[in-house]
Amino acid sequence: MSNEILNLNLIEIAHLISTGEITSLQATQITLDAIEKHNPNINAYLSVFNEQAIEQAKKVDAKIASKQTIGPLAGVPIAVKDNMCTAFGTTTCASKILENFHSPYNATVIEKLLAADAVIVGKTNLDEFAMGSSTENSGFAQTKNPWDTQRVPGGSSGGSAAAVAARMCYAALGSDTGGSIRQPASFCGIVGLKPTYGRVSRYGLVAYGSSLDQIGPMTRTVGDAALMMNVIAGHDERDSTSVNADLAPVADYKADLCGQIKNLKIGIVTKFNEGATPDVCGAIKDAIAVYKSMGAEIIEIDMPHFDYSIATYYIVATAEASSNLARYDGVHYGYRNKDADELVAMYSKSRAEGFGQEVKRRIMLGTYVLSSGYYDAYYLKALKVRNLIRSDYTNAFEKCDCIMMPVAPSTAFKFGEKTADPLQMYLSDIYTIAANLAGVPGISIPCGYDSQNLPIGLQIFTPAFTEHKMLKIAAMYEKNTNFPKLPEMK
Amino acid sequence: MTKEFVVKKLVFNKLAKIMSDIKYKVIVGLEIHVQLCTKTKMFCGCALSFAQQPNSRVCPVCLGMPGSLPVMNKQAVEFSILAAMALNLEIARFTKWDRKNYYYPDLPKNYQISQYDLPISNKGYIEIPLESGQTKKIRITRAHLEEDAGKNTHTSGDYSQVDLNRAGTPLLEIVTEPDMNSAEEVRALAIELQRIVRYLGVSEADMQKGHMRFEPNINLAITKDGIEYRTPIVEVKNLNSFRTIERSIIYETQRQLDEFIETGKTLKMGNKSTRGWDDDKQMTVLQREKEEAHDYRYFPDPDLVPVVWTDEDLERIRKNLVELPIEKRKRFIDNFGLSSYDAGVLTDEKSLSDFFDEAVSAGGDPKRVCNLITQTGLKIANEKGCKVNELGFDAKALAQLAKMVEEGTIGASSANIVLAEMAATGQTPDAIAQAKNLIQKNDTAEIEAAVEAVFAENEQAVDDAKNNPKKAQKALGFLMGQAMRKTKGQGNPKLISQILNQKLGI
Ligand SMILES: [Zn+2]
Repeated sequence: MSNEILNLNLIEIAHLISTGEITSLQATQITLDAIEKHNPNINAYLSVFNEQAIEQAKKVDAKIASKQTIGPLAGVPIAVKDNMCTAFGTTTCASKILENFHSPYNATVIEKLLAADAVIVGKTNLDEFAMGSSTENSGFAQTKNPWDTQRVPGGSSGGSAAAVAARMCYAALGSDTGGSIRQPASFCGIVGLKPTYGRVSRYGLVAYGSSLDQIGPMTRTVGDAALMMNVIAGHDERDSTSVNADLAPVADYKADLCGQIKNLKIGIVTKFNEGATPDVCGAIKDAIAVYKSMGAEIIEIDMPHFDYSIATYYIVATAEASSNLARYDGVHYGYRNKDADELVAMYSKSRAEGFGQEVKRRIMLGTYVLSSGYYDAYYLKALKVRNLIRSDYTNAFEKCDCIMMPVAPSTAFKFGEKTADPLQMYLSDIYTIAANLAGVPGISIPCGYDSQNLPIGLQIFTPAFTEHKMLKIAAMYEKNTNFPKLPEMK
Repeated sequence: MTKEFVVKKLVFNKLAKIMSDIKYKVIVGLEIHVQLCTKTKMFCGCALSFAQQPNSRVCPVCLGMPGSLPVMNKQAVEFSILAAMALNLEIARFTKWDRKNYYYPDLPKNYQISQYDLPISNKGYIEIPLESGQTKKIRITRAHLEEDAGKNTHTSGDYSQVDLNRAGTPLLEIVTEPDMNSAEEVRALAIELQRIVRYLGVSEADMQKGHMRFEPNINLAITKDGIEYRTPIVEVKNLNSFRTIERSIIYETQRQLDEFIETGKTLKMGNKSTRGWDDDKQMTVLQREKEEAHDYRYFPDPDLVPVVWTDEDLERIRKNLVELPIEKRKRFIDNFGLSSYDAGVLTDEKSLSDFFDEAVSAGGDPKRVCNLITQTGLKIANEKGCKVNELGFDAKALAQLAKMVEEGTIGASSANIVLAEMAATGQTPDAIAQAKNLIQKNDTAEIEAAVEAVFAENEQAVDDAKNNPKKAQKALGFLMGQAMRKTKGQGNPKLISQILNQKLGI
């Protein structure tokens, strides 16, 4: 019985709770039990709000019982990545420097989840400050891939991906700066959506690369992602970079899912697909064949600047990060070295001890590219290339409705496989990074399994602020295939 | 004669010789920070009010908490543009925000949101009044907007405390060209700028509260034997009173001259130094020997969007421009014939100048109104601790009083008594003059009768006035006094004097 409930998707459980067939308390308790059972092995969560979740579940149940208006996520256990500020519990960013940090306020997305009557069960693991592609850079725990616990869940939203795949929640929020939602979604066989830059408020998302960061849903179905988007999308006056409703109105993403897009034109870059492992390449080909069978037209497109996206990303993102992370200095909050006897020593010791290797590497890289004498050669040039990458997408979308390619060049890799060589790790984001630089939305949906039964993700891009279309295209595939299937949890 | 004295004398002679063929000029440019009086801070909703309790005017944004984001205060930008317009600056149609990165405990994010290469305005000037009565144009390089930092307090213990109430306060930074050549000019600019921002209502410009902070860059152009030398530039940090600005420049002028004579050091790349003002010792003290190679790693703030202005926006803001103090001063001199000094006094504060203008528009003679304000009004206001326009009578009443003096209804000295009473009771000048018996007699026949009676009683004096040049002046004064007494002090002195002269045939 409890497994049946855990295996329900978000829309199903939300429906059952709202109609009173299952109470939120039941669903929440079952979820908390699953966390208690599996988290010590999977390490998806950094913190779990047992009492608070039960209390919230009871509150929602009372609302339902007294026939009050309820939100679209009423009573459903949801997880959030631990780089989104919550006025309850800690917000650590999986960094020692924020180990005991209590945010005084809720991020806008948290407010929206609560307004939708969701039950927030806990906060999930990530690469420290969202810097990484395997969650191995967490300062606290190593999250394991529920499909194969010898392997990474992807990153940086690895905890959220693992929690959703392992049925330790019905949906989770992740954040995506260079693929951090889509790549772990792909590695864990779930759906991950990075919205257009500006679609979801960043207020309360601890910044990594401010011009690239977006919060998005990680779910088990496309429909679930649409429902989550309905809750979190929209302008926020506290985030100047969130787009105004009159410029880009928010759609009813869930309602828009019905029906098919006729004469769908899919853009592909054959050589990109061929850059992935044979298993991944084959699965992508098969997925595109499914669309073809539904009447889609495949168009070969050119994205000449795509190759520069990793180099560009590691300049733009690290430059912003070097400034964004300057505030963690041991003065106002967070970790402080107690032995330092003067200010500069306090700064340097606190930061040297509080930050992990990868974070320090990126801070130094970002500091370097912004330094006088190097700014023009690196940062300014990167901004120019970023514009070219943006125009690659714009030009492509003149010829096609969407672009499809793999999410990652391979399936989930083993722990330690890429940690020795940071560049090798950076390259695993080759297919996802350009969308962040261009600001366009992207989604990862399960489209097959490799020879070791590890999930493979198909990535779909559509023009800025057309998430409704992107979701619809993804749903077309989902309806016509047997995916998703979920890893067995013992 | 001791040996020491001999040496001193020799040095003095040497200096005197050098001094005789040296000419020098001080060169000063200013960096000025003006705190704007918006309702809320630059990038968050915290009230911009003075708070006693440290860290009581703060929120996640101005505390730089993780995940918080800045939202631009539009009023602050519009205030800055208005000030920039008054300073004849070119307003940028496209302006953006940059991060200036440096570590300091009073800077919670360890970067300051400022403007680097695209400030809100460029290239303007401010016209300043000089004591000579002339004015001088000082070029302004640029003006941009930024957020202020908090305050560090170094307590006696082995730690410091940080108060972030001030963090995020909007600051307008104004940078001038090195166009000032005396302490007087620098002081005049500081005062004129204070007047301008107050006229515009964009800053309270209260020096004591640190609303205006000045950082002069000072050096000398020295001509010796026909060759010009420049001394190394000194930046004096954080001056917040007109007196210290003036004194620091006077002090630096002498110090740099002495240093040049002693060492011959001249301006070179990188030998700019930073000094602070020690108010106890009345001197500048060295803070940083060489200009540190600060790399602030400026880059566009990705959390904020650029600001784009249309013609309509700028026209709307321009409507809030007011007549500037210097224009007003010129008008008061040119149109009303006021002295430069009086015009300066009346235009020091906008409310006073408006009150004066209103009284003149209501028919008051400008000079008369000016005298009433400067001789009595300001004194009473000062005693009451308020402004002249807040004394309890309106500009029309003041105009009425001026008219009464002009028409001879009351005497000039009585007018000051009436004005004091108006401030005390709010009654009309007419009612006060009546009640206090200050109305002058302007009846010619009555005054003629009085003069004749005086003549009859004082034949000797009449004779002296007419025929004795040695005693005439004194006799005339005596007769005048007697005639005033005959009219019980209410006779119009002008009229009495006129009739007296006429009857004496002089
Ligand atoms: Zn604030």
